[in-house]
Amino acid sequence: MICLIEKLKKEYLGRSIVTLLGIVIILVTLSITGFLFYKGLGTFVTYNHSVWEFLFSSDWKPADNFDGGGKVGAAIFIVGSLLISFLALLIATPFSIASAVFMTEISPILGKKLLQPAIGIFVGIPSVVYGWVGLTVLVPAIAHVFNLPYGFSVLAGGIVLALMIFPTITSVSVDAIENVDNGYKEASYALGTTRWQYIYKVMLPSATSGILTGVILGLARAFGEALAVAMVIGKMQTFPDNILSATNNMTAEIASDMGNSAQGGEFNDALWSMALLLLIISFIFILIMRIIAKKGEEVK
Amino acid sequence: MKKIFALFMAVVLVGITMTACSTNTKSSTGSTTTSEVTGSITAAGSSALAPLVQVAADNFQQLNPKASVNVSAGGSGTGLTQVANKSIDIGNSDVTAESKLTADQAATLKDHQICAIGVAAVVNSDVTVTNLSKQQLSDIFTGKITNWNQVGGADEAITLISRPESSGTRALFKQYALDNAVESSNTALSSDDSGTLETNIASTKGSIGYLAFSYLVGKYDVKKMSIDGVAPTLENVYNGSYPVWGTEHMYTNGDATGVTKAFLDYMGTDTFQTQMENLGYNVISKMTTAAGKH
Amino acid sequence: MKSEHKNAIVADKIATVILYCIAGFFLLLLAGFTAYIIVKGIMAYQPGIFSFERTGIGVELFNTVYLVLISLIISVPIGVGAGIYMAEYAKAGKVTNYLRICIETLSSLPSIVIGLFGYLVFIYMTGSKYNLFAGALAVSILSLPLLTTVTEDAIRAVPSIYKEGSLAVGATHWQTIVQICLPVATPRIITGVILAAGRGFGEAAALLYTAGMSSNVNLNIWNPFDPMSLLCPFRPGDTLALHIWALKTESMTPNADQIANFSAAVLLVLIFAFSLGSRLLGARLDRKMSGK
Repeated sequence: MICLIEKLKKEYLGRSIVTLLGIVIILVTLSITGFLFYKGLGTFVTYNHSVWEFLFSSDWKPADNFDGGGKVGAAIFIVGSLLISFLALLIATPFSIASAVFMTEISPILGKKLLQPAIGIFVGIPSVVYGWVGLTVLVPAIAHVFNLPYGFSVLAGGIVLALMIFPTITSVSVDAIENVDNGYKEASYALGTTRWQYIYKVMLPSATSGILTGVILGLARAFGEALAVAMVIGKMQTFPDNILSATNNMTAEIASDMGNSAQGGEFNDALWSMALLLLIISFIFILIMRIIAKKGEEVK
Repeated sequence: MKKIFALFMAVVLVGITMTACSTNTKSSTGSTTTSEVTGSITAAGSSALAPLVQVAADNFQQLNPKASVNVSAGGSGTGLTQVANKSIDIGNSDVTAESKLTADQAATLKDHQICAIGVAAVVNSDVTVTNLSKQQLSDIFTGKITNWNQVGGADEAITLISRPESSGTRALFKQYALDNAVESSNTALSSDDSGTLETNIASTKGSIGYLAFSYLVGKYDVKKMSIDGVAPTLENVYNGSYPVWGTEHMYTNGDATGVTKAFLDYMGTDTFQTQMENLGYNVISKMTTAAGKH
Repeated sequence: MKSEHKNAIVADKIATVILYCIAGFFLLLLAGFTAYIIVKGIMAYQPGIFSFERTGIGVELFNTVYLVLISLIISVPIGVGAGIYMAEYAKAGKVTNYLRICIETLSSLPSIVIGLFGYLVFIYMTGSKYNLFAGALAVSILSLPLLTTVTEDAIRAVPSIYKEGSLAVGATHWQTIVQICLPVATPRIITGVILAAGRGFGEAAALLYTAGMSSNVNLNIWNPFDPMSLLCPFRPGDTLALHIWALKTESMTPNADQIANFSAAVLLVLIFAFSLGSRLLGARLDRKMSGK
């Protein structure tokens, strides 16, 4: 009996608590997902639009009332979101990994003392400040360099987003690299490899799955970021011709019209459908990356 | 954990000491109001109206130290939905409740019309044109006219900067300045809010957009445009010659009572109306019959 | 063989130089960015800006710290607990994997969506008015995915030798977690907490519909249950980030830009102080726990 109580104290109590907390997270996730599905399906159920129209039409004129009858083609926003997020990832990832390698292998002292605290600060800068600096510094600069009438562009959005996700990818990558078994390093150096050979051939491959987590989190942040991007992409309702032309994306559209449209109306529901789509697309990307990571581990 | 707690306490303590000094001097004057208004209310919605309501709230609280009026923006749709839900006490909106909500929801709301807001076409300061006809304006915003030299200006491409589709300012401008011509959205840049739009107009050469009068008080970085020879001023709105304006709505769920009523009454007083005009808003009660109803 | 080795050394040198350049470039960029914000802020300084009156940012500053602390008090135990569960107790395989994917997907949602969800659940369903506590809950939801993931990774990273040793001397699984794994994982969990707090400091959209955009406090009231008191978590309140957003977007006050610039600089300093503080705390905990 005493043994049981002891065991209860030492094991089951803690175990139950953390299990409960795990369940809390699951419940929160499920309820938000459920909420999004409930809100997002309105476009298709209440207002009878087809999923096809929503995904592939670029005719976006939802009616801001409960009568419906507008057009809900969101293709421009979807393309805009994908393009800008991937551009941001393309810009940020190499720099992030390089910085992470620098902080862990090349100069840990400089990294820990200077880069890491700096990165911590950059996570906390409000989007609106990034957006504002982008608007007042980057957008005119792009207009000037490329000799355009204005600098609002996919490129501006990509650069601002890259700056915003850089801290996330870097700090998670640093963790992943620090996790690489020190034995690998000693063994590599014992075999006479140079530092770069070790980094490139041993360390990075073993840290791949951790780095991928960072990339996923970065992509996730890029996907969900609204205010800063909205300020620099121009929000022009058209497909971009190239990375120097203005366009619009899902989060910017959600942020700009969600508050002004009445909840439950066609416009509002169409925006919720976009939020739902955002969730589904991120879900798919994350799934793909997980599969890639798993393949990578199997090969090893 | 201890340290965080200590830090927290330190912040609190500093806060207490700092404020203890600063408030003592003020409260000694005492309040002069006879009937005390007590309680806390929230007003939210239209971002064009929020700054005015905030000023009114500040003044109101000076007069009624025990009352608190919290003002938020969030958009007209938010204001209407939330006041219908009774989450807030006053829902500010640029448009009528009937146009956005269901008939059932709108029926419970009571409209208080206190001010009107005019909208002006604004251009970058390098544009030499100072007057446009309604027709020219529509042609510009629908993308038929693309260069300033087509309307008597220099040879410079026109950049359109618009507001999001659900914006109240955009709705007013479309209805009264463009005679409901559909704005070209695939050639227009768009700014989420008036502040950003102003910055964008000021920094983009050859650009044209539109701003509520309230954002143009004391601003010299953008130029106002006359429409059909009439300058965008409060007087011209009052006498009916400037057509682009709309009534602002402050909705309550059922009749206004308590602090809400006192606050709305305060917004209708003469002293506040003068202040309202200084901030660039029109007073509804001063509208002439020539101006009609918007 | 020899030339190959030589090549490797050359490659090593080149790579090192490139990495130095990249790190240097980013440090410069970050420094430039910080300097830009700080300098603009200092230039905007005016006396009385820290006051707790409407023209000052005292209340906003307090709200920011207060709201982030409340949200951390809520989210850290949940996030860390759930992370432990995921790392140690959840059956490996499909369920855990699915959960992890869910959590990561959750973190990709725009904060405005979390804000509206928060409005529905914490304001509308509970029948309350905008309040700081609801805002803190919304920020907690935002930071949960990050905290859970980081904790899980941190616990998983604890060398298995430690755990085996603890289990071998008769400790239960739970005791091993609390006494061995958690202390070892603490520095990394703290990194996660800093990142999570950072999101809280910088968040605006999620608070717009939950915490409200204005603060009315009566500084003569110190009863934390009075809705006019500064200390009451159940009163509307805006944080610095939201204040900056409002000033930059819709404000008509002539010096709105200055106040916004100054607030941005203050926020930056605040975040810096917080991250420095938690790092020091982490280092101390680390020393204490590892018994050095």
